[in-house]
Amino acid sequence: MVGAACAYYAARSGLHVTVIDRGPVAGGTTGAGEGNLLVSDKEPGPELDLALLSTRLWRTLSGALPPRIEYEAKGGLVVASGEAGMAALRDFAERQERAGVKTEEVTGDRLHDLEPHLAQGLAGGFHYPQDAQVQPALAAAHLLRAAGEQASGRARLRLRLGEKVTGVLKGANGEVRGVRTVSGDLHAPYVVNAAGTWGAEVARLADVHLPVLPRRGFVLVTEPLPRVVRRKVYAADYVADVASGSAALQTSAVVEGTPAGPVLIGASRERVGFDRTLSVEVLRRLAAQATRLFPMLADVRAIRTYAGFRPYLPDHLPAIGPDPRVPGLLHACGHEGAGIGLAPATGLIVAGILTGEELPLDIDPFRPDRFGGAR
Amino acid sequence: MPDSPSDERADDAYGAPYDLAVIGAGCAGLTGAVTASELGLSVALLDTSGQVGGQFYRTPAPALGAVRPEALHHDWSAFADLRRRLEASAVVHLAGHHVWTVARGSEGDTEWVVHAVTGVDGCGERPVRVRARTVLLATGASERQLPFPGWTLPGVVGAGGAQAMLKSGLVLPGRRVVVAGSGPLLLAVASSLAAAGARVPAVVEASGYLGYARRPGALAANPHKLAEALVHGAALLRHGVRLRTRSAVTRVHGTARVEAVTVSRVDRDWRPVQGTGRRIACDALAVGHGLVPQTELATSLGCATRRTPDGTYALELDGLQETSVPGLWAAGETGGIGGAQLARTEGAIAGTAAAARVLGQPALTRSRRVRELRRRRDRMRAFADTMAAAHVPGPGWVQWLNDATDVCRCEEVTAGAIREAVADYGARDARTVKLLTRAGMGWCQGRMCGAAVACLAAGPGAASVPPSPERRPLAVPVPLGVLGALDPDEADGPVS
Repeated sequence: MVGAACAYYAARSGLHVTVIDRGPVAGGTTGAGEGNLLVSDKEPGPELDLALLSTRLWRTLSGALPPRIEYEAKGGLVVASGEAGMAALRDFAERQERAGVKTEEVTGDRLHDLEPHLAQGLAGGFHYPQDAQVQPALAAAHLLRAAGEQASGRARLRLRLGEKVTGVLKGANGEVRGVRTVSGDLHAPYVVNAAGTWGAEVARLADVHLPVLPRRGFVLVTEPLPRVVRRKVYAADYVADVASGSAALQTSAVVEGTPAGPVLIGASRERVGFDRTLSVEVLRRLAAQATRLFPMLADVRAIRTYAGFRPYLPDHLPAIGPDPRVPGLLHACGHEGAGIGLAPATGLIVAGILTGEELPLDIDPFRPDRFGGAR
Repeated sequence: MPDSPSDERADDAYGAPYDLAVIGAGCAGLTGAVTASELGLSVALLDTSGQVGGQFYRTPAPALGAVRPEALHHDWSAFADLRRRLEASAVVHLAGHHVWTVARGSEGDTEWVVHAVTGVDGCGERPVRVRARTVLLATGASERQLPFPGWTLPGVVGAGGAQAMLKSGLVLPGRRVVVAGSGPLLLAVASSLAAAGARVPAVVEASGYLGYARRPGALAANPHKLAEALVHGAALLRHGVRLRTRSAVTRVHGTARVEAVTVSRVDRDWRPVQGTGRRIACDALAVGHGLVPQTELATSLGCATRRTPDGTYALELDGLQETSVPGLWAAGETGGIGGAQLARTEGAIAGTAAAARVLGQPALTRSRRVRELRRRRDRMRAFADTMAAAHVPGPGWVQWLNDATDVCRCEEVTAGAIREAVADYGARDARTVKLLTRAGMGWCQGRMCGAAVACLAAGPGAASVPPSPERRPLAVPVPLGVLGALDPDEADGPVS
């Protein structure tokens, strides 16, 4: 998704772009995600600024891309079971408001106006009208296609799928000259590393250190249902889990309906490498938390579950921008669980750097060399 | 044999770990269970059905009062013998258990937790958990379907499905039934249908039978298979059934249900030959293109697979039927399609091997009997591979499809939509096609359309073998209430 967005904005700026992927479009983490475009879960700070910019860009993109990408400005609802949780949410929302997030407090008695099937007895919650959703694989595929179509004049977009990058070509002064793939060399003055969870590997090909690690998540998918969950609904603990750096398993159910009918239930987080083995404990927790929020889901069947690997960087911020260690190398990876949401802003920034335009926000917090290491 | 546990006894059945849990009570699982039990292991035998016998020895529900269910069966005495041994044994038969996953226990590789849901049709479902030191996967196979225009019309049934309807419900799918597809099952299905009183105007086989002649050794070593073919052949002749090889049903006609089919000649690659279409009137079509091993429980645990000569994936097994994951054995169709007799042979080997491991008596696997079983198994496997190679779908079958043909029935995704995802949107494999079109995302989770989607995703001219086996971490749908009610400490096995 991030690579597709970089290609889209770069091609729109008139650049020649070649997108190379060792697999198909959306074959990595994009295809395993829920398509969350969230501001509600983000603390005020650089990531929230990026998310707010992305939210605006997604709205524009939703007009330019076909409705099949399933963009829905459905809003998010964060609920608290008790008064203590509600107080914490209120404090969090107040700080977000100051950073530009729209929030609405929802009292316990009004929750069912927003979500009729929510459990009884919840203390209340906050509604975030800016939260939205897309179907990530379709969004990436259509964004790439649109990038190809809008490339006009000298600009061109090429897609090379199923082609693995095996090396980064460098000139006499260590600057980037292109990439080597399994089918030959490709020359270019700029290389953008948008390899997501595998971004550390691509960085290593250029002899730089970028500690992207996989953070596994499972999603449970139910049988198709009529629309019983209208928004993105999650419990207050989700925010704390997202911000945590722990390797241990954390789960906090995020429940949402989809236009196609199934309800999706995320989100677990654990650092266990690239292990896809089903964890019964993760499924148990997700199912228990989801049915606590929506008791009517207890009789609904899960028909599928899948694991994905979020690209995790130790400070939870992505790496976006030029790598001072290798001229011509840019990074656009490490967005953890927010890559779909943050993709347009990332793509716009990368295109802006490549064309020397003024950037929409300060990218210093996303410096790719902030973790030190080789070179 | 203790019966399925009633509610009061249930906790006994799910308490202490068994030496061996066998999943699937067909030919392979049944043989494996009784063999291991006779060697002294405590054994749990889990199956979704209420009765043992699996697909091959499928019997009518007792309520139907069938007087001679064996009349429809081949080799009934072997099954009767297995049932006798089961009744005399201490095997705990857990009927009506839908296994949704097998997980490693908390004690390393030595213990397994089999998670199942009991109860049927959404009533009274509850989660159960069977612990075992070793596991035998004998989950059998499902039928491979390749779509063609009209295949979703009422009256089109799976060939294996037609056989199952006949064996379990004593009903025919129609009065005039064309049998089509590819594979040895077609002859058996046609002769059962004819024997039960249906008219079978044609058996339509897409392959030739020349493939068998290319491996005369395997045929000569398996005279029983020739005898079987002769029995079916004779039955078909007696009923006036015509076998058309190198032909395929390329279209089904009818509005509310099947009224006729068009049968076309196909070339070696299964491409229809222009102008050869002939219409045959019928009120049902039984169609199947071979069987696909059901391996999802094993692949979720990381068991290695092998590509079979007919373009599916089966589990990679060693000489004693053990998978690449120690402590997990497999027998029967999960290791490659080969029929009931092979399944029984493999079940006996696997049951013995598991007993040898649990009892710490490796000599058990070196007995003269096991050596003889292994020789028989190798001989039958060689024949099965010959047969599989003869019936591998030719890449030209995709030309039966027009863009409007539904490929994924659950989500109503057409061949045209899949071709577009590949040509215009960068899909290169079944997974991306699924993400971009929803093909395979529905209730059956691609069990019906998976083979077809993989072929279309691979693009024109590609081999018909999908690049990797499908993964389905949930082997059957599980209610969220059931998942959420698992015992937290024991979801992944006992905590000591």
